Amino acid sequence: MMTYLIRRLAYAVPILLGVNLLTFSLFFMVNTPDDMARMHLGIKHVTQPAIEAWKVQHDYAQPLFYNAREPGWRALRDTLFFNQSVRMFALDFGESDDGRNIGEALRSRAGPSLSIALPTFVLGLWVNIGLALMLVWARASWLDRFGIIATVVLMSVSSLFYIIAGQYWVAHLWRLVPISGFVPGADSWHFVLLPIVVSVMAGVGNGTRWYRSIFLEEIGKDYVRTARAKGLNESRVLFRHVLQNGLIPILTGAVAVLPLLFMGSLLTESFFGIPGLGSYVIDAIQAQDFAVVRAMVFIGSVLYLIGLWLTDLAYTWADPRVRFS
Amino acid sequence: MMLLTGCTQRVWNDPYPNSERVSNILYLSFLERPKHLDPAQAYSADAYALTAQILEPPLQYHYLKRPYTLIPQTLTAMPTLTYLDAAGKSLPVTVNPDLVAESVYELHVRPGIYYQPHPAFARDETGQPYYLPWRTTDRSQIHRWQDFKHFGTRELTADDYVYEIKRLASPQVNSPIFGLMSGYIVGFKAYEAMLAHVANKAGPNDYLDLRRYDLPGAQVLDRYTYRIRLHGKYPQFLYWLAMPFFAPVPPEVDAFYHQTGMAKRNFSLDWHPVGTGPYQLTLMDPNWRMVLERNPNFHGERYPSEGEPGDAAAGLLHDAGKPLPFVDKVVFSLEKEVIPNWNKFLQGYYDFSAISSDTFAQAITPDAQGQPHPSPALQAHGITLETPTMPAVGYVGFNMLDSVVGGYSARARALRQAISIAVNYEEFISIFMNGRGIAAQGPIPPGIEGYRAGVLGMNPVIYHQVNGHIERRSLADAQHLLAVAGYPDGRDARTGAPLVLYYDNTYTGPEAKAYVDWMAKQLAKLKIQMISRSSDFNRFQDKIRRGNTQLFVAGWDADYPDPENFLFLFYGPNSKVSSGGENDANYRNPQYDVLFNQMKYLDNGPEREKLIAQMLAILQQDAPWLFGYFPRQYVLSQAWVSPWKPNMIANNTLKYVQIDPGLRARRRVAWNQPVWWPLGILGGGVLALVASVGYTRRKRERSLAR
Repeated sequence: MMTYLIRRLAYAVPILLGVNLLTFSLFFMVNTPDDMARMHLGIKHVTQPAIEAWKVQHDYAQPLFYNAREPGWRALRDTLFFNQSVRMFALDFGESDDGRNIGEALRSRAGPSLSIALPTFVLGLWVNIGLALMLVWARASWLDRFGIIATVVLMSVSSLFYIIAGQYWVAHLWRLVPISGFVPGADSWHFVLLPIVVSVMAGVGNGTRWYRSIFLEEIGKDYVRTARAKGLNESRVLFRHVLQNGLIPILTGAVAVLPLLFMGSLLTESFFGIPGLGSYVIDAIQAQDFAVVRAMVFIGSVLYLIGLWLTDLAYTWADPRVRFS
Repeated sequence: MMLLTGCTQRVWNDPYPNSERVSNILYLSFLERPKHLDPAQAYSADAYALTAQILEPPLQYHYLKRPYTLIPQTLTAMPTLTYLDAAGKSLPVTVNPDLVAESVYELHVRPGIYYQPHPAFARDETGQPYYLPWRTTDRSQIHRWQDFKHFGTRELTADDYVYEIKRLASPQVNSPIFGLMSGYIVGFKAYEAMLAHVANKAGPNDYLDLRRYDLPGAQVLDRYTYRIRLHGKYPQFLYWLAMPFFAPVPPEVDAFYHQTGMAKRNFSLDWHPVGTGPYQLTLMDPNWRMVLERNPNFHGERYPSEGEPGDAAAGLLHDAGKPLPFVDKVVFSLEKEVIPNWNKFLQGYYDFSAISSDTFAQAITPDAQGQPHPSPALQAHGITLETPTMPAVGYVGFNMLDSVVGGYSARARALRQAISIAVNYEEFISIFMNGRGIAAQGPIPPGIEGYRAGVLGMNPVIYHQVNGHIERRSLADAQHLLAVAGYPDGRDARTGAPLVLYYDNTYTGPEAKAYVDWMAKQLAKLKIQMISRSSDFNRFQDKIRRGNTQLFVAGWDADYPDPENFLFLFYGPNSKVSSGGENDANYRNPQYDVLFNQMKYLDNGPEREKLIAQMLAILQQDAPWLFGYFPRQYVLSQAWVSPWKPNMIANNTLKYVQIDPGLRARRRVAWNQPVWWPLGILGGGVLALVASVGYTRRKRERSLAR
């Protein structure tokens, strides 16, 4: 097990380097440091010396990948790519191009993002699995048929519609919760309630349909017939046997995204005024803030790799037959 | 009793803390976070919304008077001005500008003005700065601004103003106006070069104590007096003295922020500016909320007691002589989306609101004359509307260096004039701006010297007079001009090839196609074909810099209320391609340039007005722009906001805003009573589902039993 984890950790280094290289190449293919400087300095009265000064101030004056003015290996070391990549592997993300500390921004934004994403994830999983089991239990009945139609309808609606409709009815017409906003601490429930409900609703159609198909596949298997033959009632069959055996595909989908919850949701956070990480990357791309883009892509990659590891670990918990070698 | 109940009753959808219910707090929203708050760097409206309330440049604009009038803010009087010749001899004010070698401004700061409380001013028992140097023990305990325990203040001095002027030249600061000011402030270029040299030796981000390096163009004369020396004559410099670029920065605050560990915690001038103004920034979380609170050390200022005719009748002088600011706190909340922002305004949770095109029909009802008014629903809430015209112009420029649309021949001029007639900006304003704009007759917007409304200001090339009104010339006139230009029916008379023009723009998003299609339709009236080249900001700017355009979309917001700030956009030496200036069209007309050089030195008055009229006539004939539109801003304010007057040049106007928090609290309660019955229906639905599942279960079990 330990060998397996160490091997996976070793694989992660070239993957992260590759992601970093790709981010650098793609970003600078579109934007030169001069473009970034112009974007940050504004439109009026911008001069070339000001652009050069900005580049020096923000460490963009170095060559990107190869420094022809330096001898030997320093030609690779004294470059933007090398210096900034090394820093990130030490989890030092430095400052954004507008001079703000990225680590500080991540710390302050992660909490609000998680306050929406984590309950949405847990509640969504619970609701989706619960509804899916109910439909499987009532399979081929009017309830199942109604459920299938309802989930297809729910799937067909854009998530934006749920947000706008939720805000309009619940917050605007019925005035039960604030339309948008956030406060840190215990009072935040007031603000996150509607986004959580809306996000869960937006995922119910997809989730329920998917889990229903997983459970339907399981329910036709021999061990289920054996369980019934033993005289177990339907609830026990579903919750003790079908659910447990259906966990592997559920874990594949769910655990992998668990670390990424930290990254927040762009639409939900924008509409509900949640000061999370959801819009951090988009805002940075629009502002051509490469320092933030680079840091967020790196963190996203790390979290994704962590998600994959967690999935592997979860397999061994869900199915003791799975062993790593 | 009812009033009391109204004020204390809690509503469920209130996004603000209970404790703030009847507080004297102004609630506003913002769409984008400001990029910079450092006075030497901030150069955008969203930054000024904050910095102008905190920082006090030496001058400010009178809140009520029009035309916009400069008055002292922290000075005892307006700066004194002396002109000197090359030998340093004093010259009369009316002297020929060519003889002026230097303009010398002397500014006397009012004693007794103190800064807001700030840790950089804190002193220990021995009188030494508490946080300079920042002790390691403090460093480990202070992570947020609220963690600072010691604050202090000190008196504003002339040295602080001079220090900020020096910062404008510092390569560490990289101020956007250095390039412009280096042409005026004596010794500025050399000073920047010297600082660059020193900074290179010290490290690009190490603290440079600028007091150790003298700048000939900005000198302290005594504790309260400083002097600014400019090359030649530059009357518009006074306007710059009303902008945050020239606000004071205490050197010890700069040194404080340069200490190790400060930047890592976002403790910087760019995040926590320090000033003497009516407000101080107490919360800076631009991803959530920014909060201004009353500066306890504010030197005090009184509401103006005079204004324009009509101001008294409008209730704008009702508070004359009362101390400012009126509001204790201003809360700016981030609202990235239009719909939540608008709905919260309707619920009373924002005190002001702009109107987007999505909500325009809901917000505005035009009267029989087409004048906008708040819709009946808003009027029932007591919401009022102000519709000021912005000191800005949106236009489409012709690249005068282009071989087809550019140049100064009669043919090229006729082509531009024909297009100018065909592109119907009245239609554009109606379709894309919901009527929120005025079709421009030239580059100078209303409220600026040189603008003339109605027939007097008519552009005779594009419009003509019909029954006392101005009307766009007919398409036949445009077609005639096109034929004169050598393109009858939109085809080159010599080759027969269709005339194809490139239209450069930065349009993105779902509306981009509508904008482009509209312009193509306008040109198609003359059978001119158009190819749209939409590019991102950088590519677009690059094309403009290289002169690789034909028609391009652009705009200009005034820095100050002087016609020079618009007319310099056509001044030949400011050409974008040749000098990197702001003349994007690369227009160059020697006659215009001569008039410009005369006009820019004159005070407003008949002589200047005459020159401006001549310059506008040249521009109208040469048509280097399609003089698009002057945008109008529609702003709604709640019933509890006292009468206010839009001031489109001044940014420090929050101190004049007054609200009635009691009325607001009562209205919020009345407007936001929760509706519970939908929850009852929802609960009933869930119960019905549970019951039906139970019923199905029983039915199944019974059927299995059989």
